[in-house]
Amino acid sequence: MIRLTHDPIDYSALTEQVRRPHCGGVVLFLGTVRDLTGDRVTVALDYEAYPALAEKKMAETEADTRARWPVGEMAMVHRLGRLDIGEVSVAVAVSCPHRAEAFEACRYAIDRLKELVPIWKKENWADGSTDWVHPGSPS
Amino acid sequence: MQCRVKLFARARDLTGADEVSVALPDAATVADLRRALASAYPALAGLLKRSALAVNNEFADETLKVPPAAEVALLPPVSGG
Repeated sequence: MIRLTHDPIDYSALTEQVRRPHCGGVVLFLGTVRDLTGDRVTVALDYEAYPALAEKKMAETEADTRARWPVGEMAMVHRLGRLDIGEVSVAVAVSCPHRAEAFEACRYAIDRLKELVPIWKKENWADGSTDWVHPGSPS
Repeated sequence: MQCRVKLFARARDLTGADEVSVALPDAATVADLRRALASAYPALAGLLKRSALAVNNEFADETLKVPPAAEVALLPPVSGG
């Protein structure tokens, strides 16, 4: 299951949703809004997506993950809009028969999401300035 | 043909528009589109070099011919998560 949402992510419900009788391992990853980047203070992040392609790439990531590990169920949800410090921006929950494969599958899914999915964050700094985050050399 | 390109994040801020339009010859490729965008919108040139282009909801290779009336999007380096 994949989803983009403007609402807070209910990660407890998401975790319950992926539990399966034959899965003895459940891993939940949460990405949360951090208050410091180096020595700069963040007050909020704005997230935006190119929704059609973002959903397609998230679905492909789920399919790739299922092809590599014996996933019982998995869920990936990314939040969009304005998020305050500490709020959950992304959640990935994965169940597998054993813990090693659950950890690996969850790690793979979040890494692929961060690498591929067209979603962007904007830093809103404490001094009132803002910066879109585009990894790589500045332009 | 006129090719409309959706813009996101810093690309939108640099142009002040969430969509721009450039003239392309028929059978133009994604590489041609990239050059046309940089020429028409010099403010985008730097970011464009490290951005992907999507055509009809898929990342596009530079050699792909841009179909008429395609949905095209300029995708700066992503930072979700």
